[in-house]
Amino acid sequence: MDKLRLRFEKTGRAVYISHLDLMATMQRAFSRAGYRLQYSEGFNPHPLISILLPLSVGTASVCELMDFRLHGEADLSALPMRLTDALPEGLRVLEAYPCERKSAELKWLDVRGRLEYDRGLPDPEELAAFFAQPEIVIEKKTKRGIGMTDIRPAVDRISLCPEDGCIRLDARISAQEPTLNPELLAGALRQLRPELAPDFAAFTRLETYDREHRIYR
Amino acid sequence: MDKRLERILPRVQKPARYTGGEYNQILKDRDAVELRLAFCFPDTYEIGMSNLGMSILYQTMNSLPFVWCERVFAPWGDMYAEMKQAGIPLYALESGDPLSAFDSIAFSIGYEMAYTTVLDMLDMAGLPLRSAERPSLLPLVWAGGTAAVNAEPMAPFIDLFVIGEGEEVNNEVLTLLRQAKKESWSKQDFLRFAARIGGVYVPSLYEVSYRGDGEVAAVTPKDGAPAKVLKRIVEDLDASPFPTRPVVPSTEVVHDRVCLELFRGCVRGCRFCQAGHVYRPIRAKKKETLIRQGIEALQNTGYQELTLLSLSTSDYRELPGLCDGLLAYCEERSIGLSLPSLRADNFSMELMQKLQKVRKSGLTFAVEGGSQRLRDVINKNVTEEDLLNTCAIAFSGGWNNVKLYYMLGLPTETDEDILGIAAMANAVLHCWRTHAKNKNRGVRITVSTSCFIPKPHSPFQWEAQISLDEYRRRVELLRGAITAKNVVYNWHDAETSFIEAVLSKGDRRVADAVEWVFRSGGRLDAWTDYFSFPRWMEAFEHCGIDPHFYANREIPTDAVLPWDHIDVGVRRQHLLRERERACRAELSPDCRRQCSACGAAGLLKEGRCDG
Repeated sequence: MDKLRLRFEKTGRAVYISHLDLMATMQRAFSRAGYRLQYSEGFNPHPLISILLPLSVGTASVCELMDFRLHGEADLSALPMRLTDALPEGLRVLEAYPCERKSAELKWLDVRGRLEYDRGLPDPEELAAFFAQPEIVIEKKTKRGIGMTDIRPAVDRISLCPEDGCIRLDARISAQEPTLNPELLAGALRQLRPELAPDFAAFTRLETYDREHRIYR
Repeated sequence: MDKRLERILPRVQKPARYTGGEYNQILKDRDAVELRLAFCFPDTYEIGMSNLGMSILYQTMNSLPFVWCERVFAPWGDMYAEMKQAGIPLYALESGDPLSAFDSIAFSIGYEMAYTTVLDMLDMAGLPLRSAERPSLLPLVWAGGTAAVNAEPMAPFIDLFVIGEGEEVNNEVLTLLRQAKKESWSKQDFLRFAARIGGVYVPSLYEVSYRGDGEVAAVTPKDGAPAKVLKRIVEDLDASPFPTRPVVPSTEVVHDRVCLELFRGCVRGCRFCQAGHVYRPIRAKKKETLIRQGIEALQNTGYQELTLLSLSTSDYRELPGLCDGLLAYCEERSIGLSLPSLRADNFSMELMQKLQKVRKSGLTFAVEGGSQRLRDVINKNVTEEDLLNTCAIAFSGGWNNVKLYYMLGLPTETDEDILGIAAMANAVLHCWRTHAKNKNRGVRITVSTSCFIPKPHSPFQWEAQISLDEYRRRVELLRGAITAKNVVYNWHDAETSFIEAVLSKGDRRVADAVEWVFRSGGRLDAWTDYFSFPRWMEAFEHCGIDPHFYANREIPTDAVLPWDHIDVGVRRQHLLRERERACRAELSPDCRRQCSACGAAGLLKEGRCDG
């Protein structure tokens, strides 16, 4: 069977499953649900599955994408429910369909953040002004050590407003080239404006888009 | 999820081990059950989730509709510090509820080095450590596991021990506890009743007195408790519940695979071996049962590997048929089949080739002693010829990785025996040179030694452990003798073995030292990351305990042993006879060749011992 794509949610207790562990979990779930994944050839065969945008531990998502190949034919309309039944709590398959678009076409991500402040909320205007600056240069760990990076170009739009005693952050950020971990939005505050920095921030991926800001599937 | 936990989890290593929510976890309605049980494993999630006993009992206890049994593990150091700082008490994985919400806290204690972690978990649950300081019935703190065969160093902390296999007796205890809770019994009344259940040991119902020279004078039961607590077993393993729907961790653990238990007990009777004696009588499962359960478990877990468990896999009578049956399912699905605990003496070419079809791993042989004389002393029926024959088959079959395990400090061991280990490694190397199919790939021979620990209920229970200095001298002797560059020598640190010996053979007085170590920050002592030898030595000194009295003294055979009131079914006479034969370097036939009338078959009401 040709390359297939899975769209799934990773929320609740499952947000703490690491990328590598998620791959093993998915592999077992396919097997439990009675599907046979195709494996690579060679001395150490591994299942042909790939997750488009690895998610960092602690971040939730309702728009994860994973490509895979199966042996034989499968009823794709029945697959989401069958596979969800074989997955641990917090992992839910939304749909399965033939993979038509290259993963490189995925460009933007909508994320939502919940910024928690233990000693009162900052002025949302001030937060907005911070992110509206023409550049936001922060220290970032890279493979070659610590470097300075401007994260501003990776933020297409951002809004912040008080909600339920926290600040709700909504942003469209670059998913690939460059990849921006939404955690760095809170990290930038910690580095540059510690008085505005939250005591805790949790993020959720909401939707994936292509370069033209059309929904990417 | 707890808000505080949500903040901590992203910061700690491998947070998925602290969240629960795994596939096949058992969820029940907390308000609909009558007893909530926190089933604690005093080690990390990765170790505990790899433990078959834990998995079996999780299922059997949850099979009681009025019980919800949940899992609890000890957090690693980073999580421990975060929990302490945030004031988060120990919680169970399924519900996330703190242990204060539970009616009962049960520990599975597999080895002595977990003792301090048991105390740590009680403390993290907000409970006083000592049974006497917990006057109310609930929560009942109880424990079982191999370490319970001499539970004395933990006696003051635990309300009730289960001796032997827990599948049946645990549920009997829970059923009684349900009645006691409903009728508001006192803790005393409950414990007195519980002591009438076979296999239940209530330490507070036994008075221990000591002689002037430090030996135990007498252990006196009171309030109708039995003079000897007889181990419980499951008679028919085929009919006994096996977890074919085990919890599948969402993060990597030590054994990420389906485990099938072939049989309990061991026909071999190695004289140093506690497991080989306390798990008797021998009861095998039918191969049909195993094949069915193995396939079901693979289907319900999605695991890509299956392993066969037992003390000596090759002594399973139906092994070839079992392997055929499992391979028929595994091969076409690329599922690996692994057989640990094979013996060097009946390893067959046929079996090896079968396994090779799927995956090729290293070969491990527990040779234990460096000379034939010493192997006769310990009744380890392996000859050098057997080993070399097996290696020859393995090397010509393409294997190139052999591990040889030995113990140093076995009774009667001489320097000559130790040098024999090096000679044997060289002989294996020579065997590779003669038989290897492809020498370009090289060979790796690993020799590992650990320090002999005399264990309760084994024929060597009266023996002394050699001193630390003497162990180190023997390690150096062997190190100097291993010269080939293809032979790697690893030796186990003896400080842990010394403490383990003290705890294994300890009496109730040792409990003070265990508590002192915990109070000084000791936990997860089975991990070299956390084990502190000076802390243990300080504890002994502080508590006025001479550790050498327990570890390095030969116990006279007429002495009362601290564990004499625990009966594992094997007669004392048998152990004594085996010890005498050891002194004469005389072999005893294995149970299949000739029954030694050890007494364990007496535990079977019907069925017969498969020895």
